[in-house]
Amino acid sequence: MTVATPTQAPAPAPQRAGRRGRRGGDGPGRGRLGRLDHAVSPYAYIAPFFILFFVTGLFPLIYTGWVALHDWDQIMGQGAFVGAQNFVDVLTGDDFWTALVNTVSIFVLSSVPQVLAALAIAGLLDHKLRAATFWRMGVLLPYVVAPVAVALIFSNLFADRFGLINTLLETVGVEPVRWHSDRLASHVAIATMVNFRWTGYNALILLAAMQAIPRDLYEAAAIDGASGLRRFVSITIPMLRPTMIFVIITSTIGGLQIFDEAKMYDQYGRGGSDGQWQTLTLYLYELGWTRADFGRASAVAVLLFLLIVAIGLVNFAFSRRIASEESR
Amino acid sequence: MHTTRRRMLLATTAAATLALGACGGGSGDGDDSDSSAGGGEGGGDITLSVATFNEFGYEDLLTEYEEMNPGITVQHVKADTADNARAALRNSLGADSGAADIEAIEVDWVTEFQQYPDKFADLSSPDVEGRWLDWKTEAVTLENGMLLGYGTDIGPEALCYRADLFEQAGLPTDREEVAALLEGDWDTYFEVGRDFVAETDIAWYDSAGALWQGMINQVEQPYETPDGEIIATDNPEIRDLYDQVLAASVDDGLSAGLGQWSADWTAAFQGDEFATMLCPAWMMGVIEGNAADIEGWDVANVFPGGGGNWGGSYLTVPAQGDNIEEATALAAWLTAPEQQIKAFEARGTFPSQTEALDSDTLAESSNAFFNDAPTGEIFAERAEAVTVTPFKGPKYFEVNTAMQDAISRVDVDETDDPESSWAKFVSAVDDLR
Repeated sequence: MTVATPTQAPAPAPQRAGRRGRRGGDGPGRGRLGRLDHAVSPYAYIAPFFILFFVTGLFPLIYTGWVALHDWDQIMGQGAFVGAQNFVDVLTGDDFWTALVNTVSIFVLSSVPQVLAALAIAGLLDHKLRAATFWRMGVLLPYVVAPVAVALIFSNLFADRFGLINTLLETVGVEPVRWHSDRLASHVAIATMVNFRWTGYNALILLAAMQAIPRDLYEAAAIDGASGLRRFVSITIPMLRPTMIFVIITSTIGGLQIFDEAKMYDQYGRGGSDGQWQTLTLYLYELGWTRADFGRASAVAVLLFLLIVAIGLVNFAFSRRIASEESR
Repeated sequence: MHTTRRRMLLATTAAATLALGACGGGSGDGDDSDSSAGGGEGGGDITLSVATFNEFGYEDLLTEYEEMNPGITVQHVKADTADNARAALRNSLGADSGAADIEAIEVDWVTEFQQYPDKFADLSSPDVEGRWLDWKTEAVTLENGMLLGYGTDIGPEALCYRADLFEQAGLPTDREEVAALLEGDWDTYFEVGRDFVAETDIAWYDSAGALWQGMINQVEQPYETPDGEIIATDNPEIRDLYDQVLAASVDDGLSAGLGQWSADWTAAFQGDEFATMLCPAWMMGVIEGNAADIEGWDVANVFPGGGGNWGGSYLTVPAQGDNIEEATALAAWLTAPEQQIKAFEARGTFPSQTEALDSDTLAESSNAFFNDAPTGEIFAERAEAVTVTPFKGPKYFEVNTAMQDAISRVDVDETDDPESSWAKFVSAVDDLR
């Protein structure tokens, strides 16, 4: 549970270097085979990961780009080379932009409250509690429930006419919300499902980081008369920055790929009669699987990839600035 | 430390069980077909998989087939909706693996799959000639004589209604009087509906989208011409029907504004939300399931604008299977008149076989939920009333989906008026061209 403070960390490094240097001195005794072993075997050790990554990661990525440049029917396969035509078709249609706005809107509505709530829950769990494991596992429970089951439960909550929420609203005399017609309302409903699933998961990650914060910092602050809230804001949150960045990046990637919740939100799974909650991944699915046009679907996939890379770079620059601020 | 870990393990197990339990409902058992190599006794054991959707009524029949044929094990893979079954079949045809030995397809996608004759086995055989209604077979026969699938059921349409609500409105409740009252075209149906709504303030039917299915299945060339041109947006017949159904649904308030198959639609069966429904034979099973414990449903031998067929399926044998011969034999057996009558009795899927339609068993069958209506007799007559076989081209499914969206925007979501929703429909169809 103890963590090395920054001043301790660099100390062991020279030692290790020294030992390696001595082992290098054995070289002439082992001969060429030994040197070869030294030079090649590390690559062999890491090769499985890279081979796997190539097969399951890089190859599909490049192949998608290849498909995007062709007329490509789902069943008939490869057709004529069409260059950038698929991209032009996608980018000049309204559907792509609607889907993009929906995706970003659902992403913002889910990620921001999610990280804040996760932080609050982790802060509460960081106290000394009775049956701590029970509470910690409890917040993870929504995460292990299958998304499809979550969607079924929430579709009963958010049904327009006879849903639980609208029934409650009507009993207190408030106008029912048109969950499946109004664009923003549908985004809120889907974001709620996403939050239900992911908040606990993020809370546990943040909790792990919180527990690694040296307790003496809190004690010192307490002696100086800092309140609980003050200690949370001035010690916990700054110490959590690297973990926060991890949480924000993973929830960004997840947020831009929202699919299950949006697909299960109504009976047709196409994102609403007017595309109210059609996300980019749903649009991709409709192009590829309903219209059998893998070419255009791949073009959307490539654009989505570029979007995630772009946002990832922004995130990276942002986190570098925070990290350098921290070391100052 | 030790106890903590054990407690953790317990919690994890509990959570995992929950997750597994939750998965079980949705994902089905599609993967099972690969794992078991056949459980029957004797030599040459084979396993045949049959992929269907919704309710085909095949459960008992497949067990019967296994008993008759030792050495053959049948796996039944059931998709929850027709759309998911279509997506799964398309996927496995594209990948050239993963399809079941027998795949059920819906009438609305038939032309779409006719584009890929190489992917299916030719099922034509002298044994099955003349087994089905002519229009049922013609829809799956290619120009070169290849038979793509064996017909299972058809969806001749009658009208289901709530007799108790009819009484409330002072309308006749007896199914023959109701049939006489509603005999006529769509205007007659809407006219009676307007009186009903004025009297009771209850909607006349569930959804404009459902009505559209009834209407579009009476149009000879709805969206495409046989030479592949999409005429959906220029066909005056389509625009007229669109205006007619939305004027009745929204302006006159005849529709309950429920999206078909939505959670609200399903829940509405438990209340007094609407009085009539277009009722293809298979819809009876749906109504009975959703309206459990509600009394008053009945079915009348009448349909606006004459007859109509909504839905119905075929069994196909994908060419990628290992046991094409055995699969064909099973498909032929399942779609034989005797078996299809049993499926009708189990799940209300109305047979498409001429011999089954004439049979005494069918003529005598009745449905207790629908006030003991002689459903066999009624639907056999409704099947005879079908005069139009609409031409459904390869883009039918997609154009109709866009049309259903257009109607939903006005009837259910109320985000558009008929004019602006039509404009969006036109742009969606342009996108398909």
